[in-house]
Amino acid sequence: MQKRFVSIWFRHLITDWLTLRRPELKVVPFVFITPVRGRVVITAANALAESHGITTGMAAADAKAIVPSLEVVDDMPGQAAKLLKALGEWCIRYTPSIAIDLPDGLMLDVSGCAHLWGGERAYLGTIIKVLRSKGYDARGAMADTAGTAWAVARFGRLKPIIEPGAQADALLALPPAALRLEPIILERLQKLGFYTVKSFIGMGRSVLRRRFGQDFLLRLDQALGNKDEPLELLQPVEPYQERLPCLEPIRTATGIEIAIKKLLETLCQRLQGEGKGLRMAVLKCYRVDGQLVEVNIGTNRASHHIGHLFKLFQLKIASIEPALGIELFVLEAPKVEDMDPEQEVLWLPAGCGLADLSLAELLDRLANKIGAGNIHRYLPQEHHWPERSIKIAPSLREKPTTTWRTDRPRPSLLLPRPERIEVTALIPDYPPMLFIYKNKVHQVKKADGPERIEREWWLEAGEHRDYYYVEDQDGSRYWLFRSGHYSGNQAGQWFIHGFFA
Amino acid sequence: MPDSKKNIISQLRKDILLLEGFKLPQTGNADIFGLGPVEAAFPNGVFPAGTIHEMICPTPEQAAATAGFMTGIITSLMKQGGVCLWIGTSRKLFPPSLMGFDVEPDRMIFVDLQREKDVLWATEEALKCEGLAAVIVELREISFAQSRRLQLAVENSKVTGFLLRNDPRKAGTTTCVARWQITPLPSKLEGELPGVGFPRWQVDLLKVRNGYPGSWKIEWAGGRFVAIEETIAVNELQERKAG
Repeated sequence: MQKRFVSIWFRHLITDWLTLRRPELKVVPFVFITPVRGRVVITAANALAESHGITTGMAAADAKAIVPSLEVVDDMPGQAAKLLKALGEWCIRYTPSIAIDLPDGLMLDVSGCAHLWGGERAYLGTIIKVLRSKGYDARGAMADTAGTAWAVARFGRLKPIIEPGAQADALLALPPAALRLEPIILERLQKLGFYTVKSFIGMGRSVLRRRFGQDFLLRLDQALGNKDEPLELLQPVEPYQERLPCLEPIRTATGIEIAIKKLLETLCQRLQGEGKGLRMAVLKCYRVDGQLVEVNIGTNRASHHIGHLFKLFQLKIASIEPALGIELFVLEAPKVEDMDPEQEVLWLPAGCGLADLSLAELLDRLANKIGAGNIHRYLPQEHHWPERSIKIAPSLREKPTTTWRTDRPRPSLLLPRPERIEVTALIPDYPPMLFIYKNKVHQVKKADGPERIEREWWLEAGEHRDYYYVEDQDGSRYWLFRSGHYSGNQAGQWFIHGFFA
Repeated sequence: MPDSKKNIISQLRKDILLLEGFKLPQTGNADIFGLGPVEAAFPNGVFPAGTIHEMICPTPEQAAATAGFMTGIITSLMKQGGVCLWIGTSRKLFPPSLMGFDVEPDRMIFVDLQREKDVLWATEEALKCEGLAAVIVELREISFAQSRRLQLAVENSKVTGFLLRNDPRKAGTTTCVARWQITPLPSKLEGELPGVGFPRWQVDLLKVRNGYPGSWKIEWAGGRFVAIEETIAVNELQERKAG
């Protein structure tokens, strides 16, 4: 599609704003000042002050000498960005894609918008006229590229609307500063006598790159339209979004339910048509009192099943506080994935495994109520150390990378941390004859072991463990270990770590 | 005509059993759990899958034995690639141990919760899900009404549920089909071999609806259950007709 951009330049952005707030300043020359390296320097001057020859970057004392009645206001850092953001948000009525162009402009991507205002001339005229009537001294230009629009808005003399494909002609007569170059390059161009774009645009690229660098060529290409220039949008356009404005503010749970159902129907229909499913959805409720209530849901696998998604939202309805009423519902799907169409199965196996749809839906419901962090699935890990022999699987689809080991007995129950026991055992490496755990004496009747498990020294320091699989007089089976070797009169180095079936 | 009356009554009994979730033995399907004499204690001689069982395990030793016995049953439930859900508040189960009972630990999903209230909610949701082979729940308390809700969920979905109860004093009346208690027994080794033998348990069926409570000795050897002796004592006196 043919791209069209509008650049708006606010010549006296911050001074215009102050004039609007303090109308008495309209007839007074005034400047914004800020101290820089011990000097007080002017950062912005209003039109009246500029007509006296005062420019930004001038020392405040010099300006005072030129115009003794000069008003001086302290600079407010960040104010320009704040103002541009507000102006940009206001401009969303003209186009949805708007970027802030610091320090003093806006960049509008108006592709396909102008005809709604009756042509490009009327469109640009409307924007500029409205902005001027609000009190901002705005200049605008329209072109195929953001770079050319920027240049013409600031340096153009003849006409603000550049015909499609004519950006090279429009740039010819403009100074090099119109290309948004670094001050150091501009200075070099000035020294070499390149006063207009015309004087160097015909030169070879390699020559220009050698003298002025890659950035210079990039700016030139962006202005001419050979390279794309992405805009950082003020409000990124959500590709999957549905809106539901309400005539009457909604205050009841039933009302919210109906709203969610309606939104899901339209959104899911669209997703289904495109063969996609959502992984995350956000419901934004704009309340009458200006507050915004948000609830979000996540799913384990892409889904466009209305019933399932509605159930997930149903669990969250209790947390939506309608207060005086909700006037606008917006449903967004920030995370969308491709979905394989479900195949009809001829034979339904008894359990369908991890890929089963109803299982994924069950886990979604659980995760949305109790938090996804409480649902675990484990995969084997190549460590002998029992605590490290398993890891949490990040998703349902994750397959084990190694096999589960079966060569060594492992207890059914594992204590979260080993507990100390009193033991009578023969040295050097016999299993215990008896042990005392929780004040109960267990006579060891049968034993297996030891199985020595070394601590992984590259992960942590400490003693190795010698594990024994023992059975006591009642037939209960335990997993005991001795930490390290016997040394001197060291006592209490025996632990119980688990229970066997 | 007492004969036809008997026929009617036995037919009605069968219908009631069907309504309560007991399946009639299908050809080639009987004894899939390999529990041998234990299964004879159940109505129709079939282990009732698709219902809720209650396991009493007050001590960690018994809990470990119960986990082993239960995993042995789940193995056959998960044969066709099903998934199992384990819900609890303070889980100690060590997943790699499931491999010893032929259950792949990565096919077990653990839901670890903080509150008992959430456990009941999650259990009910899970039991309604037909894609699961079994649901295991560690529960401290459950009222009769709550257990009835679970029973209703199971009746539609045919998922097998296991409630692990660690406090026998709080085990009141529930709608569960059976109440078990598994206690570890000393293992036996051939001859004078050193080491520890196959896990062996005392399996007590304390309560069973429409069946015969009893007590058996079972060993898990070579990937299947092995009954050690014939039923020691089927306690005919404790027989109950209607759970």
